[in-house]
Amino acid sequence: MIRVDGLTKDYGTRRAIENLTFEARQGEVVGFLGPNGAGKTTTMRILTGYMPPTYGSAKVAGFDIVSESLEVRRRVGYLPETAPLYADMTVYEYLKFMADLRHLPNAEDMIDDALEMVGMEERAEGYVGALSKGMRQRIGLAQALLHKPEVLILDEPTIGLDPAQVVEVRKIIREIGKERTVLLSTHILSEAQALCDRVLIINKGHIVVEDSPENLQARLVGAERSILRVKGDADELAPKIAEIEGVQNVKAQPDGSVEFQFAPGMDVRPQVARAVIKAGYDLLELRPVGMSLEEIFLELTRDNTKEK
Amino acid sequence: MRNIWTIARREYRHYFISPIAYIVALAVLLIVGIYFVIVLYYVSNQALMYGATAPDISIVIGPMATIFLFATPALTMRLLADEQRMGTLELMLTAPIRDGELVIGKWLGAFLFTLTIIAITLVYPIVLNKLTSPGIDQGIMIASYIAIILLVALYLALGTAMSSFFSNQFAAFFATLAVLLIFWWLISLPTYIIPSGVFHDLFVYLDLNGRFGSMTRGVIALSDVVYPISLTVLGLLLSTVAVEMRRWR
Ligand SMILES: Nc1ncnc2c1ncn2[C@@H]1O[C@H](COP(=O)(O)OP(=O)(O)OP(=O)(O)O)[C@@H](O)[C@H]1O
Ligand SMILES: [Mg+2]
Repeated sequence: MIRVDGLTKDYGTRRAIENLTFEARQGEVVGFLGPNGAGKTTTMRILTGYMPPTYGSAKVAGFDIVSESLEVRRRVGYLPETAPLYADMTVYEYLKFMADLRHLPNAEDMIDDALEMVGMEERAEGYVGALSKGMRQRIGLAQALLHKPEVLILDEPTIGLDPAQVVEVRKIIREIGKERTVLLSTHILSEAQALCDRVLIINKGHIVVEDSPENLQARLVGAERSILRVKGDADELAPKIAEIEGVQNVKAQPDGSVEFQFAPGMDVRPQVARAVIKAGYDLLELRPVGMSLEEIFLELTRDNTKEK
Repeated sequence: MRNIWTIARREYRHYFISPIAYIVALAVLLIVGIYFVIVLYYVSNQALMYGATAPDISIVIGPMATIFLFATPALTMRLLADEQRMGTLELMLTAPIRDGELVIGKWLGAFLFTLTIIAITLVYPIVLNKLTSPGIDQGIMIASYIAIILLVALYLALGTAMSSFFSNQFAAFFATLAVLLIFWWLISLPTYIIPSGVFHDLFVYLDLNGRFGSMTRGVIALSDVVYPISLTVLGLLLSTVAVEMRRWR
Protein backbone atom coordinates (compact mmCIF):
# COMPACT_ATOMS: atom_id res chain seq x y z
CA MET A 1 0.00 0.00 0.00
CA ILE A 2 1.21 3.47 -0.86
CA ARG A 3 -0.40 6.61 0.52
CA VAL A 4 0.99 9.92 -0.62
CA ASP A 5 -0.11 13.15 0.97
CA GLY A 6 0.81 16.57 -0.35
CA LEU A 7 4.25 15.58 -1.57
CA THR A 8 6.40 18.46 -2.80
CA LYS A 9 10.03 18.39 -3.84
CA ASP A 10 12.26 21.34 -4.65
CA TYR A 11 15.67 20.91 -6.27
CA GLY A 12 17.20 24.18 -5.19
CA THR A 13 14.74 26.70 -6.54
CA ARG A 14 13.20 24.37 -9.12
CA ARG A 15 10.02 22.69 -8.01
CA ALA A 16 9.96 19.18 -9.45
CA ILE A 17 6.65 18.00 -7.97
CA GLU A 18 4.01 19.96 -6.15
CA ASN A 19 1.44 18.76 -3.68
CA LEU A 20 0.98 15.25 -5.06
CA THR A 21 -1.69 13.24 -3.33
CA PHE A 22 -2.66 9.74 -4.36
CA GLU A 23 -3.04 6.19 -3.18
CA ALA A 24 -2.16 2.76 -4.45
CA ARG A 25 -3.90 -0.07 -2.68
CA GLN A 26 -2.84 -3.64 -2.24
CA GLY A 27 -3.62 -5.74 -5.30
CA GLU A 28 -3.50 -2.72 -7.54
CA VAL A 29 -1.20 -1.72 -10.36
CA VAL A 30 -0.96 2.03 -10.60
CA GLY A 31 0.64 3.66 -13.59
CA PHE A 32 2.45 6.95 -13.55
CA LEU A 33 2.15 8.52 -16.94
CA GLY A 34 3.78 11.74 -17.98
CA PRO A 35 6.12 13.48 -20.38
CA ASN A 36 9.85 13.95 -19.71
CA GLY A 37 10.53 15.98 -16.61
CA ALA A 38 7.02 15.47 -15.23
CA GLY A 39 8.38 14.34 -11.87
CA LYS A 40 7.82 10.58 -12.06
CA THR A 41 11.35 9.59 -11.09
CA THR A 42 11.44 12.26 -8.39
CA THR A 43 8.28 10.88 -6.79
CA MET A 44 9.56 7.32 -6.92
CA ARG A 45 12.89 8.30 -5.41
CA ILE A 46 11.09 9.90 -2.51
CA LEU A 47 8.86 6.87 -1.99
CA THR A 48 11.83 4.48 -1.98
CA GLY A 49 13.72 6.48 0.64
CA TYR A 50 16.41 7.76 -1.71
CA MET A 51 15.66 11.32 -0.74
CA PRO A 52 13.25 13.07 1.59
CA PRO A 53 10.46 15.30 0.30
CA THR A 54 10.64 19.06 0.81
CA TYR A 55 7.06 19.10 2.09
CA GLY A 56 4.35 16.53 2.58
CA SER A 57 4.44 12.96 3.74
CA ALA A 58 3.90 9.47 2.48
CA LYS A 59 3.40 6.00 3.85
CA VAL A 60 4.61 2.91 2.08
CA ALA A 61 3.61 -0.52 3.35
CA GLY A 62 2.31 1.21 6.46
CA PHE A 63 5.54 3.02 7.37
CA ASP A 64 6.45 6.66 7.11
CA ILE A 65 9.01 7.24 4.36
CA VAL A 66 11.06 9.70 6.40
CA SER A 67 10.91 8.59 10.03
CA GLU A 68 10.75 4.85 9.26
CA SER A 69 12.79 4.85 6.09
CA LEU A 70 14.60 1.57 6.81
CA GLU A 71 11.32 -0.26 7.41
CA VAL A 72 10.01 1.08 4.13
CA ARG A 73 13.16 0.09 2.27
CA ARG A 74 12.94 -3.44 3.66
CA ARG A 75 9.50 -3.86 2.15
CA VAL A 76 9.97 -2.18 -1.20
CA GLY A 77 11.44 -3.56 -4.38
CA TYR A 78 12.76 -0.76 -6.54
CA LEU A 79 13.95 -0.68 -10.11
CA PRO A 80 15.62 2.70 -10.66
CA GLU A 81 15.26 4.37 -14.04
CA THR A 82 18.85 3.66 -15.09
CA ALA A 83 18.84 0.08 -13.73
CA PRO A 84 22.26 0.61 -12.10
CA LEU A 85 24.30 -2.54 -11.51
CA TYR A 86 27.85 -3.39 -10.43
CA ALA A 87 29.55 -4.21 -13.72
CA ASP A 88 32.47 -5.98 -12.03
CA MET A 89 30.32 -8.74 -10.53
CA THR A 90 28.67 -11.76 -12.06
CA VAL A 91 24.90 -11.72 -12.17
CA TYR A 92 24.76 -14.25 -9.38
CA GLU A 93 27.29 -12.41 -7.20
CA TYR A 94 25.40 -9.19 -7.68
CA LEU A 95 22.07 -10.69 -6.67
CA LYS A 96 23.72 -12.48 -3.75
CA PHE A 97 25.16 -9.17 -2.58
CA MET A 98 21.76 -7.51 -2.71
CA ALA A 99 20.20 -10.55 -1.01
CA ASP A 100 22.79 -10.36 1.78
CA LEU A 101 21.99 -6.70 2.35
CA ARG A 102 18.39 -7.76 2.81
CA HIS A 103 19.35 -10.65 5.13
CA LEU A 104 17.44 -13.16 3.03
CA PRO A 105 17.64 -16.55 4.72
CA ASN A 106 17.38 -18.76 1.64
CA ALA A 107 19.10 -16.46 -0.80
CA GLU A 108 20.03 -19.15 -3.32
CA ASP A 109 16.43 -20.20 -3.91
CA MET A 110 15.19 -16.65 -4.08
CA ILE A 111 17.87 -15.69 -6.59
CA ASP A 112 16.97 -18.69 -8.73
CA ASP A 113 13.30 -17.74 -8.56
CA ALA A 114 13.97 -14.14 -9.52
CA LEU A 115 16.27 -15.11 -12.39
CA GLU A 116 13.73 -17.57 -13.68
CA MET A 117 11.00 -14.95 -13.58
CA VAL A 118 12.95 -12.62 -15.81
CA GLY A 119 14.26 -15.47 -17.96
CA MET A 120 17.95 -14.93 -17.22
CA GLU A 121 18.91 -18.22 -15.53
CA GLU A 122 21.48 -19.14 -18.12
CA ARG A 123 23.39 -15.88 -17.67
CA ALA A 124 23.78 -16.25 -13.89
CA GLU A 125 27.53 -16.87 -14.12
CA GLY A 126 28.16 -14.14 -16.69
CA TYR A 127 29.50 -10.74 -15.79
CA VAL A 128 26.98 -7.94 -15.46
CA GLY A 129 29.25 -5.69 -17.52
CA ALA A 130 28.92 -8.04 -20.48
CA LEU A 131 25.12 -7.91 -20.62
CA SER A 132 23.07 -6.05 -23.19
CA LYS A 133 20.90 -3.11 -22.19
CA GLY A 134 17.70 -5.17 -22.11
CA MET A 135 19.37 -7.91 -20.09
CA ARG A 136 20.59 -5.38 -17.53
CA GLN A 137 17.06 -4.09 -17.28
CA ARG A 138 15.92 -7.63 -16.55
CA ILE A 139 18.59 -8.15 -13.91
CA GLY A 140 17.54 -4.85 -12.35
CA LEU A 141 14.02 -6.20 -12.26
CA ALA A 142 15.21 -9.48 -10.76
CA GLN A 143 16.88 -7.43 -8.03
CA ALA A 144 13.61 -5.62 -7.34
CA LEU A 145 11.67 -8.91 -7.19
CA LEU A 146 14.30 -10.78 -5.18
CA HIS A 147 12.78 -10.48 -1.73
CA LYS A 148 9.18 -10.79 -2.94
CA PRO A 149 8.41 -7.27 -1.71
CA GLU A 150 5.04 -6.01 -0.56
CA VAL A 151 5.40 -2.93 -2.70
CA LEU A 152 7.06 -2.81 -6.08
CA ILE A 153 8.17 0.51 -7.52
CA LEU A 154 9.36 0.30 -11.11
CA ASP A 155 10.69 3.27 -13.03
CA GLU A 156 10.05 2.58 -16.71
CA PRO A 157 10.33 -1.20 -16.36
CA THR A 158 9.96 -2.17 -20.01
CA ILE A 159 12.30 0.40 -21.53
CA GLY A 160 14.91 -1.19 -23.77
CA LEU A 161 13.29 -4.62 -23.84
CA ASP A 162 12.51 -6.52 -27.01
CA PRO A 163 8.82 -7.10 -27.80
CA ALA A 164 8.83 -10.68 -26.52
CA GLN A 165 10.36 -9.54 -23.24
CA VAL A 166 7.94 -6.63 -22.96
CA VAL A 167 5.11 -9.14 -23.03
CA GLU A 168 6.94 -11.35 -20.54
CA VAL A 169 7.66 -8.52 -18.10
CA ARG A 170 4.12 -7.18 -18.31
CA LYS A 171 2.89 -10.63 -17.46
CA ILE A 172 5.12 -10.70 -14.38
CA ILE A 173 3.92 -7.27 -13.29
CA ARG A 174 0.27 -8.21 -13.70
CA GLU A 175 0.85 -11.40 -11.76
CA ILE A 176 2.52 -9.56 -8.88
CA GLY A 177 -0.07 -6.82 -9.02
CA LYS A 178 -2.79 -9.27 -8.09
CA GLU A 179 -1.60 -9.57 -4.50
CA ARG A 180 0.82 -6.73 -3.98
CA THR A 181 1.05 -3.06 -4.73
CA VAL A 182 2.78 -1.98 -7.89
CA LEU A 183 3.60 1.58 -8.91
CA LEU A 184 5.20 1.89 -12.31
CA SER A 185 6.05 4.78 -14.57
CA THR A 186 5.91 4.81 -18.31
CA HIS A 187 5.68 7.03 -21.36
CA ILE A 188 3.95 4.31 -23.28
CA LEU A 189 0.24 4.81 -23.06
CA SER A 190 -0.72 1.44 -24.39
CA GLU A 191 1.38 -0.02 -21.60
CA ALA A 192 -0.52 1.91 -18.96
CA GLN A 193 -3.72 0.84 -20.65
CA ALA A 194 -2.70 -2.80 -20.74
CA LEU A 195 -1.19 -3.05 -17.27
CA CYS A 196 -2.75 -0.65 -14.87
CA ASP A 197 -5.87 -0.67 -12.79
CA ARG A 198 -5.46 3.03 -12.39
CA VAL A 199 -3.55 5.67 -14.29
CA LEU A 200 -2.19 8.89 -12.85
CA ILE A 201 -1.34 11.38 -15.52
CA ILE A 202 1.27 13.75 -14.23
CA ASN A 203 2.63 16.83 -15.92
CA LYS A 204 5.03 19.45 -14.62
CA GLY A 205 4.82 18.03 -11.14
CA HIS A 206 1.04 18.02 -10.90
CA ILE A 207 -1.44 15.20 -11.18
CA VAL A 208 -3.67 16.11 -14.09
CA VAL A 209 -6.02 13.14 -14.04
CA GLU A 210 -6.44 10.03 -11.99
CA ASP A 211 -8.74 7.28 -13.24
CA SER A 212 -8.97 3.80 -14.68
CA PRO A 213 -7.83 3.54 -18.29
CA GLU A 214 -11.39 2.72 -19.42
CA ASN A 215 -12.96 5.63 -17.59
CA LEU A 216 -10.30 7.98 -18.82
CA GLN A 217 -11.19 7.11 -22.33
CA ALA A 218 -14.90 7.38 -21.83
CA ARG A 219 -14.60 10.58 -19.84
CA LEU A 220 -12.66 12.41 -22.44
CA VAL A 221 -14.48 11.33 -25.52
CA GLY A 222 -17.35 13.76 -25.71
CA ALA A 223 -18.38 12.34 -29.04
CA GLU A 224 -18.03 9.04 -30.78
CA ARG A 225 -15.95 8.85 -33.87
CA SER A 226 -16.12 6.74 -36.97
CA ILE A 227 -14.03 6.30 -40.04
CA LEU A 228 -15.54 5.92 -43.45
CA ARG A 229 -13.71 4.57 -46.46
CA VAL A 230 -15.11 4.63 -49.97
CA LYS A 231 -14.04 3.93 -53.50
CA GLY A 232 -13.70 7.35 -55.09
CA ASP A 233 -12.80 10.87 -54.11
CA ALA A 234 -13.15 11.42 -50.36
CA ASP A 235 -12.76 15.17 -50.65
CA GLU A 236 -15.88 15.40 -52.75
CA LEU A 237 -17.82 13.14 -50.46
CA ALA A 238 -17.01 14.93 -47.22
CA PRO A 239 -19.40 17.90 -47.69
CA LYS A 240 -22.24 15.49 -48.46
CA ILE A 241 -21.65 13.63 -45.21
CA ALA A 242 -21.52 16.89 -43.31
CA GLU A 243 -25.09 17.66 -44.42
CA ILE A 244 -26.49 14.67 -42.55
CA GLU A 245 -28.18 15.59 -39.30
CA GLY A 246 -26.20 14.76 -36.15
CA VAL A 247 -22.87 14.52 -37.90
CA GLN A 248 -20.07 16.78 -36.65
CA ASN A 249 -16.47 17.50 -37.47
CA VAL A 250 -16.19 15.88 -40.83
CA LYS A 251 -12.61 15.63 -42.02
CA ALA A 252 -11.29 14.17 -45.24
CA GLN A 253 -8.10 12.35 -44.34
CA PRO A 254 -5.01 12.35 -46.55
CA ASP A 255 -5.25 8.58 -46.93
CA GLY A 256 -8.55 8.95 -48.79
CA SER A 257 -10.88 8.13 -45.92
CA VAL A 258 -13.33 10.41 -44.17
CA GLU A 259 -13.49 10.81 -40.44
CA PHE A 260 -16.52 12.13 -38.65
CA GLN A 261 -17.97 12.38 -35.15
CA PHE A 262 -21.45 12.21 -33.74
CA ALA A 263 -22.95 12.73 -30.34
CA PRO A 264 -22.90 9.63 -28.11
CA GLY A 265 -26.08 7.61 -28.27
CA MET A 266 -27.10 9.11 -31.59
CA ASP A 267 -25.79 6.63 -34.03
CA VAL A 268 -25.91 8.14 -37.51
CA ARG A 269 -24.04 5.38 -39.26
CA PRO A 270 -27.07 3.96 -41.15
CA GLN A 271 -27.83 7.41 -42.54
CA VAL A 272 -24.21 7.86 -43.52
CA ALA A 273 -24.14 4.52 -45.29
CA ARG A 274 -27.29 5.35 -47.21
CA ALA A 275 -25.93 8.76 -48.18
CA VAL A 276 -22.77 7.17 -49.53
CA ILE A 277 -24.69 4.76 -51.74
CA LYS A 278 -27.06 7.48 -52.92
CA ALA A 279 -24.15 9.65 -53.93
CA GLY A 280 -22.96 6.81 -56.13
CA TYR A 281 -19.91 5.69 -54.10
CA ASP A 282 -19.02 2.14 -53.15
CA LEU A 283 -18.79 1.74 -49.37
CA LEU A 284 -15.62 -0.08 -48.35
CA GLU A 285 -15.46 0.46 -44.63
CA LEU A 286 -17.40 2.14 -41.87
CA ARG A 287 -16.05 1.58 -38.39
CA PRO A 288 -16.06 3.30 -35.02
CA VAL A 289 -12.75 4.51 -33.55
CA GLY A 290 -12.25 5.42 -29.91
CA MET A 291 -10.05 8.28 -28.93
CA SER A 292 -6.68 6.76 -28.15
CA LEU A 293 -4.98 7.30 -24.83
CA GLU A 294 -2.25 9.03 -26.80
CA GLU A 295 -4.66 11.71 -27.82
CA ILE A 296 -6.18 11.98 -24.37
CA PHE A 297 -2.75 12.35 -22.95
CA LEU A 298 -1.67 15.04 -25.36
CA GLU A 299 -4.93 16.85 -24.83
CA LEU A 300 -4.60 16.80 -21.06
CA THR A 301 -0.99 17.80 -20.89
CA ARG A 302 -1.60 20.55 -23.43
CA ASP A 303 -4.52 21.97 -21.43
CA ASN A 304 -2.39 21.94 -18.34
CA THR A 305 0.30 24.02 -19.95
CA LYS A 306 -2.24 26.51 -21.19
CA GLU A 307 -3.56 27.10 -17.70
CA LYS A 308 -0.19 28.30 -16.54
CA MET B 1 27.34 -5.11 11.71
CA ARG B 2 26.25 -7.68 9.20
CA ASN B 3 25.63 -5.05 6.54
CA ILE B 4 29.03 -3.50 7.16
CA TRP B 5 30.60 -6.89 6.63
CA THR B 6 28.62 -7.55 3.44
CA ILE B 7 29.80 -4.27 1.96
CA ALA B 8 33.37 -4.66 3.19
CA ARG B 9 33.59 -8.10 1.62
CA ARG B 10 32.42 -6.78 -1.75
CA GLU B 11 34.96 -3.95 -1.65
CA TYR B 12 37.75 -6.26 -0.56
CA ARG B 13 37.05 -8.62 -3.45
CA HIS B 14 36.82 -5.73 -5.84
CA TYR B 15 40.45 -4.82 -5.16
CA PHE B 16 41.56 -8.21 -6.44
CA ILE B 17 40.09 -7.53 -9.86
CA SER B 18 41.13 -3.91 -10.00
CA PRO B 19 44.34 -3.04 -11.87
CA ILE B 20 44.86 0.06 -9.75
CA ALA B 21 44.87 -2.02 -6.58
CA TYR B 22 47.48 -4.37 -8.04
CA ILE B 23 49.64 -1.46 -9.12
CA VAL B 24 49.35 0.07 -5.65
CA ALA B 25 50.19 -3.20 -3.90
CA LEU B 26 53.10 -3.84 -6.25
CA ALA B 27 54.41 -0.30 -5.87
CA VAL B 28 54.36 -0.52 -2.08
CA LEU B 29 56.07 -3.90 -1.97
CA LEU B 30 58.65 -3.04 -4.65
CA ILE B 31 59.62 0.34 -3.30
CA VAL B 32 59.90 -0.92 0.24
CA GLY B 33 61.82 -3.98 -1.04
CA ILE B 34 64.26 -1.99 -3.16
CA TYR B 35 64.92 0.42 -0.32
CA PHE B 36 65.40 -2.52 2.02
CA VAL B 37 67.94 -4.27 -0.23
CA ILE B 38 69.92 -1.11 -0.95
CA VAL B 39 70.15 -0.15 2.72
CA LEU B 40 71.16 -3.67 3.72
CA TYR B 41 73.84 -3.74 1.03
CA TYR B 42 75.16 -0.33 2.07
CA VAL B 43 75.15 -1.16 5.75
CA SER B 44 76.89 -4.50 5.25
CA ASN B 45 79.61 -2.76 3.20
CA GLN B 46 80.01 -0.13 5.90
CA ALA B 47 80.15 -2.82 8.54
CA LEU B 48 82.90 -4.66 6.72
CA MET B 49 85.07 -1.55 6.58
CA TYR B 50 84.26 0.41 9.70
CA GLY B 51 81.96 -1.73 11.77
CA ALA B 52 78.38 -0.48 12.20
CA THR B 53 75.21 -1.08 14.16
CA ALA B 54 72.77 -3.45 12.51
CA PRO B 55 69.86 -1.77 10.72
CA ASP B 56 66.53 -1.94 12.52
CA ILE B 57 62.92 -2.15 11.49
CA SER B 58 62.82 1.56 10.62
CA ILE B 59 64.32 0.76 7.22
CA VAL B 60 61.05 -0.99 6.41
CA ILE B 61 58.58 1.20 8.28
CA GLY B 62 60.06 4.55 7.21
CA PRO B 63 59.57 4.12 3.45
CA MET B 64 56.22 2.43 4.07
CA ALA B 65 54.83 5.47 5.85
CA THR B 66 55.83 7.67 2.91
CA ILE B 67 54.57 5.41 0.15
CA PHE B 68 51.20 4.89 1.84
CA LEU B 69 50.75 8.64 1.71
CA PHE B 70 50.35 8.22 -2.06
CA ALA B 71 49.02 4.67 -2.16
CA THR B 72 46.02 4.96 0.14
CA PRO B 73 44.34 7.80 -1.81
CA ALA B 74 44.52 5.56 -4.88
CA LEU B 75 42.74 2.83 -2.93
CA THR B 76 39.98 5.04 -1.56
CA MET B 77 39.38 7.39 -4.50
CA ARG B 78 36.70 5.30 -6.14
CA LEU B 79 34.95 4.00 -3.01
CA LEU B 80 31.98 6.38 -3.03
CA ALA B 81 32.86 8.58 -6.02
CA ASP B 82 32.35 5.66 -8.36
CA GLU B 83 29.01 4.68 -6.84
CA GLN B 84 27.95 8.22 -7.47
CA ARG B 85 29.14 8.26 -11.05
CA MET B 86 27.70 4.86 -11.96
CA GLY B 87 24.36 5.51 -10.31
CA THR B 88 24.70 2.51 -8.01
CA LEU B 89 24.54 4.89 -5.06
CA GLU B 90 20.80 4.95 -5.71
CA LEU B 91 20.82 1.20 -5.19
CA MET B 92 22.71 1.51 -1.90
CA LEU B 93 20.67 4.42 -0.59
CA THR B 94 17.40 2.58 -1.23
CA ALA B 95 18.66 -0.70 0.25
CA PRO B 96 17.73 -1.32 3.89
CA ILE B 97 21.09 -0.20 5.26
CA ARG B 98 22.17 2.90 7.16
CA ASP B 99 24.38 5.45 5.48
CA GLY B 100 26.97 4.89 8.20
CA GLU B 101 27.03 1.16 7.50
CA LEU B 102 27.71 1.86 3.84
CA VAL B 103 30.56 4.22 4.66
CA ILE B 104 32.14 2.01 7.33
CA GLY B 105 31.80 -1.04 5.09
CA LYS B 106 33.59 0.75 2.27
CA TRP B 107 36.36 1.89 4.58
CA LEU B 108 36.70 -1.54 6.15
CA GLY B 109 37.10 -3.17 2.73
CA ALA B 110 39.94 -0.78 1.90
CA PHE B 111 41.44 -1.23 5.36
CA LEU B 112 41.45 -5.01 5.06
CA PHE B 113 43.09 -4.79 1.65
CA THR B 114 45.77 -2.47 3.01
CA LEU B 115 46.29 -4.83 5.95
CA THR B 116 46.86 -7.57 3.41
CA ILE B 117 49.61 -5.52 1.79
CA ILE B 118 51.09 -4.74 5.19
CA ALA B 119 51.00 -8.43 6.10
CA ILE B 120 53.10 -9.21 3.04
CA THR B 121 55.71 -6.64 4.10
CA LEU B 122 56.29 -8.75 7.20
CA VAL B 123 58.75 -10.79 5.12
CA TYR B 124 61.22 -7.90 5.40
CA PRO B 125 61.48 -7.91 9.22
CA ILE B 126 61.65 -11.69 9.13
CA VAL B 127 64.56 -11.53 6.70
CA LEU B 128 66.15 -8.76 8.76
CA ASN B 129 65.77 -10.84 11.89
CA LYS B 130 67.65 -13.71 10.25
CA LEU B 131 70.43 -11.51 8.90
CA THR B 132 71.18 -9.60 12.07
CA SER B 133 72.45 -10.82 15.37
CA PRO B 134 70.95 -10.96 17.96
CA GLY B 135 67.96 -10.21 15.71
CA ILE B 136 65.66 -7.22 15.69
CA ASP B 137 63.95 -5.72 18.70
CA GLN B 138 60.53 -7.38 18.85
CA GLY B 139 58.95 -4.61 20.93
CA ILE B 140 59.98 -1.92 18.49
CA MET B 141 58.78 -4.00 15.60
CA ILE B 142 55.33 -4.49 17.10
CA ALA B 143 55.07 -0.81 18.06
CA SER B 144 56.11 0.18 14.53
CA TYR B 145 53.51 -2.04 12.93
CA ILE B 146 50.83 -0.72 15.28
CA ALA B 147 51.88 2.77 14.26
CA ILE B 148 51.65 2.04 10.54
CA ILE B 149 48.27 0.33 10.95
CA LEU B 150 46.87 3.31 12.87
CA LEU B 151 48.29 5.58 10.19
CA VAL B 152 46.70 3.79 7.22
CA ALA B 153 43.40 3.48 9.09
CA LEU B 154 43.18 7.24 9.31
CA TYR B 155 44.56 7.80 5.80
CA LEU B 156 41.83 5.54 4.43
CA ALA B 157 39.11 7.19 6.51
CA LEU B 158 40.07 10.64 5.26
CA GLY B 159 40.22 9.20 1.74
CA THR B 160 36.74 7.71 2.14
CA ALA B 161 35.49 11.13 3.20
CA MET B 162 37.04 12.80 0.15
CA SER B 163 35.57 10.12 -2.08
CA SER B 164 32.12 10.92 -0.79
CA PHE B 165 32.54 14.62 -1.51
CA PHE B 166 33.33 14.11 -5.19
CA SER B 167 31.84 12.07 -8.00
CA ASN B 168 35.16 12.21 -9.84
CA GLN B 169 37.80 9.74 -8.67
CA PHE B 170 40.74 11.93 -9.57
CA ALA B 171 39.36 14.89 -7.71
CA ALA B 172 38.99 12.55 -4.73
CA PHE B 173 42.57 11.33 -5.16
CA PHE B 174 44.18 14.76 -5.18
CA ALA B 175 41.96 16.12 -2.42
CA THR B 176 42.94 13.16 -0.24
CA LEU B 177 46.61 13.60 -1.03
CA ALA B 178 46.39 17.27 -0.09
CA VAL B 179 44.67 16.53 3.22
CA LEU B 180 47.15 13.77 4.07
CA LEU B 181 50.11 16.02 3.29
CA ILE B 182 48.64 18.64 5.59
CA PHE B 183 48.39 16.22 8.50
CA TRP B 184 51.63 14.43 7.81
CA TRP B 185 53.87 17.33 7.07
CA LEU B 186 52.46 20.83 6.82
CA ILE B 187 50.84 20.87 10.24
CA SER B 188 54.20 20.60 12.01
CA LEU B 189 55.64 23.67 10.30
CA PRO B 190 53.97 26.29 12.54
CA THR B 191 55.84 24.80 15.51
CA TYR B 192 59.00 26.36 14.07
CA ILE B 193 57.59 29.88 14.04
CA ILE B 194 55.60 29.57 17.25
CA PRO B 195 58.34 28.61 19.72
CA SER B 196 56.05 28.05 22.72
CA GLY B 197 52.56 28.47 24.12
CA VAL B 198 49.19 26.88 23.60
CA PHE B 199 49.36 27.03 19.81
CA HIS B 200 52.80 25.51 19.74
CA ASP B 201 51.51 22.64 21.86
CA LEU B 202 48.42 22.29 19.68
CA PHE B 203 50.46 21.89 16.50
CA VAL B 204 52.79 19.47 18.22
CA TYR B 205 49.73 17.49 19.27
CA LEU B 206 48.30 17.47 15.73
CA ASP B 207 51.57 16.56 14.02
CA LEU B 208 51.20 12.97 12.83
CA ASN B 209 54.79 12.68 11.74
CA GLY B 210 56.16 13.41 15.21
CA ARG B 211 53.86 10.90 16.86
CA PHE B 212 54.70 8.31 14.27
CA GLY B 213 58.39 8.93 14.92
CA SER B 214 58.12 8.32 18.63
CA MET B 215 55.95 5.23 18.17
CA THR B 216 58.42 3.63 15.79
CA ARG B 217 61.08 4.13 18.46
CA GLY B 218 58.96 1.90 20.65
CA VAL B 219 57.28 4.53 22.84
CA ILE B 220 53.52 4.49 22.59
CA ALA B 221 51.70 7.17 24.57
CA LEU B 222 47.94 7.03 25.01
CA SER B 223 47.46 10.15 22.88
CA ASP B 224 49.47 8.50 20.08
CA VAL B 225 46.67 5.98 19.80
CA VAL B 226 43.74 8.24 20.62
CA TYR B 227 44.65 10.90 18.08
CA PRO B 228 44.79 8.74 14.91
CA ILE B 229 41.70 6.83 15.98
CA SER B 230 39.86 10.13 16.48
CA LEU B 231 40.88 11.24 13.00
CA THR B 232 39.64 7.92 11.62
CA VAL B 233 36.28 8.35 13.32
CA LEU B 234 36.10 11.95 12.15
CA GLY B 235 36.77 10.89 8.55
CA LEU B 236 34.04 8.25 8.68
CA LEU B 237 31.61 10.70 10.30
CA LEU B 238 32.30 13.35 7.67
CA SER B 239 31.79 10.77 4.97
CA THR B 240 28.48 9.66 6.45
CA VAL B 241 27.32 13.26 6.68
CA ALA B 242 28.34 13.81 3.06
CA VAL B 243 26.30 10.80 1.93
CA GLU B 244 23.38 12.02 4.02
CA MET B 245 23.65 15.47 2.46
CA ARG B 246 23.42 13.99 -1.01
CA ARG B 247 19.93 12.84 -0.15
CA TRP B 248 18.87 16.34 0.79
CA ARG B 249 19.97 18.04 -2.39
N1 LIG C 1 19.08 15.65 -9.31
C1 LIG C 1 18.36 16.69 -9.79
N2 LIG C 1 18.77 17.95 -9.58
C2 LIG C 1 18.05 18.98 -10.04
N3 LIG C 1 16.89 18.88 -10.71
C3 LIG C 1 16.42 17.66 -10.96
C4 LIG C 1 17.13 16.49 -10.52
N4 LIG C 1 16.43 15.41 -10.88
C5 LIG C 1 15.35 15.87 -11.55
N5 LIG C 1 15.33 17.21 -11.60
C6 LIG C 1 14.28 18.05 -12.21
O1 LIG C 1 13.02 17.68 -11.67
C7 LIG C 1 12.04 17.62 -12.69
C8 LIG C 1 11.40 16.24 -12.70
O2 LIG C 1 12.36 15.28 -13.08
P1 LIG C 1 12.08 13.72 -13.07
O3 LIG C 1 13.36 13.04 -13.32
O4 LIG C 1 11.34 13.38 -11.85
O5 LIG C 1 11.13 13.56 -14.32
P2 LIG C 1 10.54 12.24 -14.99
O6 LIG C 1 9.07 12.37 -14.98
O7 LIG C 1 11.11 11.04 -14.36
O8 LIG C 1 11.07 12.38 -16.48
P3 LIG C 1 11.51 11.25 -17.54
O9 LIG C 1 10.28 10.81 -18.22
O10 LIG C 1 12.40 12.00 -18.47
O11 LIG C 1 12.22 10.19 -16.79
C9 LIG C 1 12.73 18.00 -13.99
O12 LIG C 1 12.45 19.35 -14.24
C10 LIG C 1 14.19 17.82 -13.69
O13 LIG C 1 14.96 18.76 -14.39
MG1 LIG D 1 12.22 9.51 -15.00
